[in-house]
Amino acid sequence: MTYFIDRRANAKRKSAVNRQRFLDRYRTHIKRSVEEAVNRRSITDMERGEKVSIPTRDISEPVFQHGPGGKRTIIAPGNKEFVEGDRLRRPGGGGGGGAGEGGASNQGEGMDEFAFTLSREEFLDFVFDGLELPHLERKNLVDLDEVRPVRAGFTREGVPARINIVRSMREAHARRIAMRGPIRRALREAEQALEAEERKDPVLRNPSRIEELKAEIERLEKRLEAVPFLDTYDLRYNNLVDQPQPSSKAVMFCVMDVSGSMTQAHKDIAKRFFLLLYLFLERNYEKVELVFVRHHTAAKEVDEEEFFYSRETGGTIVSSALSLVDEIIEARYPPTQWNLYVAQASDGDNWDDDSLTCRDLLAKSLMPRLQYFTYVEITPHAHQALWEEYERVEAEYPERFAMRQIVEAGDIYPVFRELFRRRSTQ
Amino acid sequence: MTDRKPIATGSDWNFEILHEFEDEIARLADEYRLDTYPNQIEIITTEQMMDAYASVGMPVGYHHWSFGKQFLAVEQAYRRGQMGLAYELVINSDPCIAYLMEENTLMMQVLVMAHACYGHNSFFKGNYLFRTWTDASSIVDYLLFARRYIAECEERHGVTAVEQLLDACHALQNYGVDRYKRPSPISAEEEARRQKEREAYLQAQVNTLWRTIPERAPVDGELETVAGEGEDPLGLHAGGRYPPEPQENLLYFIEKNAPLLAPWQREVVRIVRKLAQYFYPQRQTQVMNEGWATFWHYTLMNRLFDEGLVDEGLMLEFLQSHTSVVQQPPFDSPHYNGINPYALGFAMFTDIRRICESPTEEDRKWFPDSAGSDWLETLHFAMRNFKDESFVQQFLSPKVIRDLKLFMVIDDDQDEMLEVTAIHDERGYRRIREALATQYALSVREPNIQIYSADIRGDRSLTLRHVQDSRRPLARSVYPVMRHLHQLWGFPVKLESIEGEEVVRRYHWPLPEEDASAE
Repeated sequence: MTYFIDRRANAKRKSAVNRQRFLDRYRTHIKRSVEEAVNRRSITDMERGEKVSIPTRDISEPVFQHGPGGKRTIIAPGNKEFVEGDRLRRPGGGGGGGAGEGGASNQGEGMDEFAFTLSREEFLDFVFDGLELPHLERKNLVDLDEVRPVRAGFTREGVPARINIVRSMREAHARRIAMRGPIRRALREAEQALEAEERKDPVLRNPSRIEELKAEIERLEKRLEAVPFLDTYDLRYNNLVDQPQPSSKAVMFCVMDVSGSMTQAHKDIAKRFFLLLYLFLERNYEKVELVFVRHHTAAKEVDEEEFFYSRETGGTIVSSALSLVDEIIEARYPPTQWNLYVAQASDGDNWDDDSLTCRDLLAKSLMPRLQYFTYVEITPHAHQALWEEYERVEAEYPERFAMRQIVEAGDIYPVFRELFRRRSTQ
Repeated sequence: MTDRKPIATGSDWNFEILHEFEDEIARLADEYRLDTYPNQIEIITTEQMMDAYASVGMPVGYHHWSFGKQFLAVEQAYRRGQMGLAYELVINSDPCIAYLMEENTLMMQVLVMAHACYGHNSFFKGNYLFRTWTDASSIVDYLLFARRYIAECEERHGVTAVEQLLDACHALQNYGVDRYKRPSPISAEEEARRQKEREAYLQAQVNTLWRTIPERAPVDGELETVAGEGEDPLGLHAGGRYPPEPQENLLYFIEKNAPLLAPWQREVVRIVRKLAQYFYPQRQTQVMNEGWATFWHYTLMNRLFDEGLVDEGLMLEFLQSHTSVVQQPPFDSPHYNGINPYALGFAMFTDIRRICESPTEEDRKWFPDSAGSDWLETLHFAMRNFKDESFVQQFLSPKVIRDLKLFMVIDDDQDEMLEVTAIHDERGYRRIREALATQYALSVREPNIQIYSADIRGDRSLTLRHVQDSRRPLARSVYPVMRHLHQLWGFPVKLESIEGEEVVRRYHWPLPEEDASAE
């Protein structure tokens, strides 16, 4: 007796739970590896898994075992030149590890490191572990025009396309029972009476009564037949109502200073910062659009390639970029439908008079509409006017405005974490 | 040979072809009186094979991180190409489940059917260890029960609590079998039906035993022995040790006697113990089991070829694969990784057949009973009634020793040199055979550790004894294991290593404060 079963279509990943348990158990180890990887990797490289090593001793499942030492007898194959009584130097040196074979190890734990690969999803999970964008509760429902039809029970009116057959048939069935019941009962009674009458002795029969009963029965049967199988009352329709939806769309403005003072190293750091934010938003919204705005003395909306890689020189007027962002929001991204995020990177240089304008623009026009504004200043030097003005904005909008200073690439990840750490204290 | 009509050619397979081959193999296996459970052959993907691997061959397993670790290790090795996946996996169940990977070639599928579905399968059904210790018809049900029960425990008591308990049990799972007592076969139905009942009963029993512990059993009363001698008026067995005899089944002792375990925890201990019992025969019959299966796939494939049912191409591919399976690298090769059970087992079974069919003078001297007897009968007899240790002891012939060029080395830490004490010559055969048999004895492979006493009237500490063999000490893993044991027992745990009558080493957990630094 033999059966063949094709299981190929069955669920894969039966071990997913066990794998997850393992990852949870060694969270701290894995996190360390992931953080190192994020600092080390180039940004085009973020969307892949990562190899993680954990010291074997931290991960072993101990059992009682023989340790080295004592006297062991070993049988090994492949003798070439030994004869009985030969004395040999211990291979390797130290302990009784010796010629390999023997009962000591049944685990094959030769290596010091247990290495495995995280999948891309797992890697990103660890990257964003414990992070939460502030105000992720999204836009208030009142000022939203985005709606989605949702089911809301059944109605008696509707279009034929939405007829719910099961419900309708159930209604019809109930109605038929209700309407036929009394008729059936009367019919049964009439039939019994008729039968009783007919069973009587012919002399005692009442012919007119029989006629009457027969007519009654006929009338009742007609009424029974007249009960419709399906009536318009019975019809039920699936009801759909429009429900306002929290917006699942976000737009992220990347604003970067590309003036002469920004070196390629600065830009690389900024790039990573934008990328992290983007990956993060992507995981939290169904749709994320990117708008790249770069500026020196004048601002310009560009595509990603140009944003990161083209070279510019000149002075710096930050407000030009902010007002361009403001215009773009006005024109294309109504705040009622979009979650708006701005990430700005600069080296802190600005035209002296301009910083004040920036604060004005931000505090009056931009901040009320934004979900979040982040500013990173990539400089090892002392802060300038722009930073000071921004600090005032931060004081005004402490929940939605964040700024940090970055000196080198390795700082990005900690800064990013700090900017977006879960605000449990709120 | 001329009228060769192969069932199929090339390396592609489909279900009809597999069916046809299966029919032929079944017919031939029947000729050789291979008695098997019905076969359930499942075709699976690579990924599913890795899953099956990770759960150590249990078709349904409970969840535990260690299986995840296993999975990651397998996956990593496979991805790097360090390891080919086994082509098959077979489970000792009734019907016997065998997994075939979809990317196997036709030859490989046929080979695997012969190897697993008729070789291993008949071994599971026939070998005395499997007959005694496992119940093939109920294992899948029991695994389902175990999985459900542990999932329920996780819901009720939290994943972490269950995980820690399982960690502790796993550390002791090699000590979950009574080697010299016959077990009652496990049956899932029975288990489920009686489990509630048992919980209550067990707890009552433990409560009686530990009645003096305030937080658990405030009832007044006397100690009662588990042996069920009834009420023992205070002090009657004072001075006696508990348990009266050393206990080798650590998990069983814990399950029945650990003072602080909750009923569900005892049940989990029991589940791990029962599964350890299920795997117990496999740990002791690796050489025989693989040797038997390899012998039969080799024999059956050759029969298929002789009858013209497979073509030369397939046969060449088969021989190439078979040769690499039974290869034994010499001890000084970089590929050497101990004695290959496939090689040794195959060589021995093949040699038994040779001894029966065409015995030499030497064979007549060494195997007076087997030489010249019916080979099939003798082979079946060997398969049914031995385990690796006794199989080697009984059947390892001088010829196999010569072929494999086995030699014996003594590695003594009191001697700065290794000594070769026997080689494949007249003086060495018996000693090599003896030593190799011992090498496969579970009692030598694993340290001999038993529960010696539980101080039920004093500090409730538990004392274990490790009987040292040839001065071989315990590995450092003894401390983490003791920690796990302590977690189960709930009170201090001691372990004494004894050599002869003398205690040579003591281990404590928790570490005594003054010793902690010394260790």
